[in-house]
Amino acid sequence: MASRSEIPAIALDVRDLRMRYGTRDVLAGVTFTAKRGEVLALLGPNGAGKTTAIEILEGFRMRSAGDVSVLGTDPARGNEAWRARVGVVLQSWLDHKYWRVRELLAYLGRFYAPYATAEIARPWDVDELLDLVGLSTSASAKIKTLSGGQRRRLDVAIGLVGRPEIVFFDEPTAGFDPHARRDFHDLVHRLSDFDNTTILMATHNLDEAEKVADRILVLDEGRLVADGSADQLARKLTTGAEVRWTSGGQRHVHAARGGDPTAFIRNLLVQNGDVTEIEVRRASLEETYMALVQRAESGQSRSGTTNGDTPKTLDVQA
Amino acid sequence: MTTPALNARRVAVLAGFSRGWIETRQNFTETVGIIVHVFPAAVGVILMLSLSRNILPGTHLSSAALLLPGFLCMAIVTGGLSTPSGGITSDREDGTLLRAKATPNGMLGYLIGKIVTCALTTLLGVAAILVPGMMIASGLNLGARTGVLLTLTFVVGMVSTVPIGVALGSILKSSSQIPLVPLVTTLLIVVSVFLPIALLPPWLQLFVQAFPVYWVGLGVRSAMFPMEMVAAELGKWGTVELFAVPAVWAAFGLLLAPILLRRMAQRQSGSELARMRNRTRSKR
Repeated sequence: MASRSEIPAIALDVRDLRMRYGTRDVLAGVTFTAKRGEVLALLGPNGAGKTTAIEILEGFRMRSAGDVSVLGTDPARGNEAWRARVGVVLQSWLDHKYWRVRELLAYLGRFYAPYATAEIARPWDVDELLDLVGLSTSASAKIKTLSGGQRRRLDVAIGLVGRPEIVFFDEPTAGFDPHARRDFHDLVHRLSDFDNTTILMATHNLDEAEKVADRILVLDEGRLVADGSADQLARKLTTGAEVRWTSGGQRHVHAARGGDPTAFIRNLLVQNGDVTEIEVRRASLEETYMALVQRAESGQSRSGTTNGDTPKTLDVQA
Repeated sequence: MTTPALNARRVAVLAGFSRGWIETRQNFTETVGIIVHVFPAAVGVILMLSLSRNILPGTHLSSAALLLPGFLCMAIVTGGLSTPSGGITSDREDGTLLRAKATPNGMLGYLIGKIVTCALTTLLGVAAILVPGMMIASGLNLGARTGVLLTLTFVVGMVSTVPIGVALGSILKSSSQIPLVPLVTTLLIVVSVFLPIALLPPWLQLFVQAFPVYWVGLGVRSAMFPMEMVAAELGKWGTVELFAVPAVWAAFGLLLAPILLRRMAQRQSGSELARMRNRTRSKR
């Protein structure tokens, strides 16, 4: 059995991952890696291919092409010992509704006991885990009586009960109130900091991605259009800057392409003596992302877009 | 020698037994479970009570005794067909199967759990009708032979129906199709158990004998009825055929069920779950 020291430093290695349904490419060559203990957010509008990508990594879906390695194993050939090291939290689950919270966690935990190693005690102590996700008071409640948020907390607990080395979350905080959301973010930090757990989280919430992730991957139409920290993304994704100024009693606007409007402004000032009220405005990461989401929701494809606000230079591998 | 993988499978089998016990308990404590598993037995007992004084002319049998094998057969066959088919279909729709898939050896635990739940629930359903039935119904030929034949019939009934039930559960498209199985089963039971087969037209006699339901019914009758009742059968108790036809179904089911179940389980994923749920929702 693999001990922690044998685990490669790269927990997740995805190269040119492709998924095609008929003639439609859901994933058109996705490449990224994740180091052990790293928290990655897979961000993108609905239909960008997030869930498909995650399901391939979880071993629940076959890919069309590309190389994938999760904890050193191809998920398509992952055996039960590999399965024991992987945690899965899906979008919505309604299972085991007549079971009690503690009963189900204890039952599922039993399967992981044979996979304990010297470094990782498996399964997670049920009471400790319930406390960690804030479900201690509902331990003996029937699952069908839980509120939506409590049910979600239970799903998170189940995903963690085997003390996974990598966890896949698909929209984990859907239905969480702000308080529960913050609890969840704390939990993610704890998993990554104390247990060195690698986390890949699919979300369409930029705010959440900025808060919890070391790195954000932006997926759009089956392609990774950005990969980097929130700061790097802000600089690289938002290449459009708008320069406004007044001259001759009139207000002018220029959309500077290429990210750096300095040259344009220098020129402007040299050639035009009466420029006043100069103003440079750079789109925020949020605005850029919203534009991406809006475009995806209106059904326009990237290739067909001639909208000047949408950054064209999207290939920003950090 | 136990390898780690073997030990993990042993742990999963044991967990599966607990699962079976937990879910059996739920079947008899949850409202839905009580309606499905306790209600039919209660109806049977009330019917037998109301007919217990009515003795069939020319025999010692009460009408209640005539009904008992039918109810027992119904308990065995619906337990073997409807419980697994409905259970697997709804487990697929609510994510229980996907959860099993996401757990190491979880499918093994799930299957053991399902088998234990079906067997225990059916056994309790049979006992719920058998114990009061034996006290109410007069004129039955009960003895050691009854015990042996009833046990055999129960085992034969389960082995020939549970795999078919699992296979049906794997091919049903959604939970809205679940009632199809008990509907067809009940029709088959009415034709092949509650009506004396000698009364049926020859083509229907042949049709009925092609299914395990008839043979389970015959097994129960031969275990409890006095010898003179053989006149209502097709000349004899037919002990050999009693096992032959169900054996063919058992072989067919055991061959088919793992293939269909595996194929169905392989398809399970989060998006498949969402798709299935949307379809059910839009139908409502």
